Amino acid sequence: MYPIVKKRILAPGIKLLEVKAPDVARKAQAGQFIILRIDEPGERIPLTIADFNREEGTITTIFQEVGYTTWHLGQLEEGDALLDFVGPLGRPTEIENYGRVVCVGGGVGVAPIYPIARALKEAGNEVISIIGARSRELLILEEEMRKVSHELLVSTDDGSYGHKGFVTDLLVRVLQEKKVDRVWGIGPVVMMKAVSEATRPFGVPTIVSMNPIMVDGTGMCGACRVSVGGETKFGCVDGPEFDGHQVDWDLAVQRLRMYRDEEARAQAFHQEKRGGCQCR
Amino acid sequence: MSMPVSTRKTPMPSQPPGERIRNFSEVALGYTEEMARQEAERCLQCKKAPCRQGCPVEIDIPAFIGRIKEGDFAGAIEKVKEKNNLPAICGRVCPQENQCEKYCTLAKKGEPVGIGRLERFVADYQLSQGEVEPPALATPTGFRVAVIGSGPAGLTAAADLARMGHQVTVFEALHVPGGVLMYGIPEFRLPKEIVQREIDYIRRLGVEIRTNSVVGKMVTVDELLESGFDAVFIGTGAGLPYFMGIPGENLLGVYSANEFLTRTNLMKAYLFPEYLTPIKVGRRVAVIGAGNVAMDAARTALRLGAEKSMIVYRRSAEEMPARKEEVEHAEEEGVEFHLLTSPVEIHGDEAGWVTGMTCIRYELGEPDASGRRRPVAIPGSEYRMEVDTVVIAIGQGPNPLVLQTTPGLELTKKGTIAADEETGATSREGVFAGGDIVTGAATVILAMGAGKKAARAIDAYLRQKGEKGNG
Repeated sequence: MYPIVKKRILAPGIKLLEVKAPDVARKAQAGQFIILRIDEPGERIPLTIADFNREEGTITTIFQEVGYTTWHLGQLEEGDALLDFVGPLGRPTEIENYGRVVCVGGGVGVAPIYPIARALKEAGNEVISIIGARSRELLILEEEMRKVSHELLVSTDDGSYGHKGFVTDLLVRVLQEKKVDRVWGIGPVVMMKAVSEATRPFGVPTIVSMNPIMVDGTGMCGACRVSVGGETKFGCVDGPEFDGHQVDWDLAVQRLRMYRDEEARAQAFHQEKRGGCQCR
Repeated sequence: MSMPVSTRKTPMPSQPPGERIRNFSEVALGYTEEMARQEAERCLQCKKAPCRQGCPVEIDIPAFIGRIKEGDFAGAIEKVKEKNNLPAICGRVCPQENQCEKYCTLAKKGEPVGIGRLERFVADYQLSQGEVEPPALATPTGFRVAVIGSGPAGLTAAADLARMGHQVTVFEALHVPGGVLMYGIPEFRLPKEIVQREIDYIRRLGVEIRTNSVVGKMVTVDELLESGFDAVFIGTGAGLPYFMGIPGENLLGVYSANEFLTRTNLMKAYLFPEYLTPIKVGRRVAVIGAGNVAMDAARTALRLGAEKSMIVYRRSAEEMPARKEEVEHAEEEGVEFHLLTSPVEIHGDEAGWVTGMTCIRYELGEPDASGRRRPVAIPGSEYRMEVDTVVIAIGQGPNPLVLQTTPGLELTKKGTIAADEETGATSREGVFAGGDIVTGAATVILAMGAGKKAARAIDAYLRQKGEKGNG
């Protein structure tokens, strides 16, 4: 069992869990993910690593409650334990000194961008970070991101904080003003697509972190197929990071919808069992 | 001998097809004591025991059958377990027709002795008697061995090494041990409770099993050797599904057989929504390929509610790699066989869901490298097949995670580990390998045979390294 040592509610529906998993923490690097299972009937879900502490032997994950499993995860408290927790999976981010880099995080995607920005800064890059959310109350890790960036820009869709609009507005502005050597974009698929389209005319290499549906996470099942440059790749072992300019975004959006009906059914079934629907 | 020996095996009681396609319970129900003794009576107890040469794990077959004949079931299983630590599994999934039973003297004139059925009977008999006591182990040697992968190869190597007195730790990537026995082979062919009870027995031999441990990611082979393991056995299997490379393969409703079976078996998607892992099965399911995995997928599709389940295979019935028994079971259950045909494209609707396939017909030409007649596409024979789920079961390759992170480990052209057939020795000192990671996708029993040989070689390797204090 893998005990939860810390829980924080970062924003409505966005929660942080720090989990004791020393073997995973020993090896975890920016860009990798873990797979967890809450209990015996539970499904295996991948979550990107938001932070790791090798001394304490812990891994931090940040997730948004979007379906039954993430909702259930959000109900757990410090002292509770997860049945399974495996990792670190996937290839780590290729960290080197590229020069000037931009790290773009949208929504809960700010969480995985954080250790990447930190590692890039430690490697000597000038790090400009752009983070965004639908509104101010949904914006996470602003202070943390500020610490690991030379410059931090913020946007909200509704204008309740920072620039009113999308992270890509700010990204284009940076690209117009400065020479940028590499861009990372992590967030919802539509946002990552927009980031890739924004950088394409500037010819700046752009890395995105795909979040396909997975089962084992070790290359065994092929559920996580992503089409990159016309070639089928497995998100779990070939990724999760890919060249954003080569990703087939429409396919990625489509494949995420595979179990939408089943997710609704599972949610209804289990939340009923737990005494009344608690969907927000 | 007073009674003439029957030329036929004692029939295996089984669930009727109409009933069993509506449940995931085991199809073959197993012999009763009377049936087992009756079948054991058929064994001629040949002095030369030709059956034994067909057994990759070298079971003394006439001896255990002789004990069944006498009604000494406990003695019979003891005899089996001298060589095989997973008899309830082997008795169910071994292709005995190509192994022990192929060499049975009776097979010359009629059906061979049902050796596999008898092995299953004694194994189940023992499991029904409660906790199984482990045998006496050899004196502890103080050597530590890491086994990577808890499938048939790894479990066999681990059990044998433990019995030889070594301290064994098994590293398993998934959340339960068993490998393909848990994620691949369906419940209706190999109940998961049986697998776990056999694994419990291996634990009681002193083997430690660490689940959720992905070697190559969490720890590397070199780190294992540096951290005090004296030898490593790699039995990571053929865990990378092949796709066909045809248009439409990433549409919604196209599964690899691995995914289709893993969702169902390991994650129990057939109990959705009680169990949270979903699976989508349409009305018309096409399974591409005709091996055992394909039969498992086609039969699983029926149990998950498909109205029609079809095997689509580019060669003819004769070349199908699946066991005859599996093909027969599939036929009985109503699986349709579309032979000498293969998809060239999968079609989908606007939302990306599979709606059908374009197939092309084949005819058989000259034999190819595999010795089977090469299928040749017939130009202009394309036709459309209406399906809404496609399962690709054309084979699996070696999983790369351990291979990529173990410098100096020599591979073959196929990407499998280059290992000595007799010992499992690899190009790295102290590192052995066996099972599908060496041979490419094969059978449970061949992997077990490889695990057994490697255990012997590892034991010899450790002992020539010299004495080692405990711990």
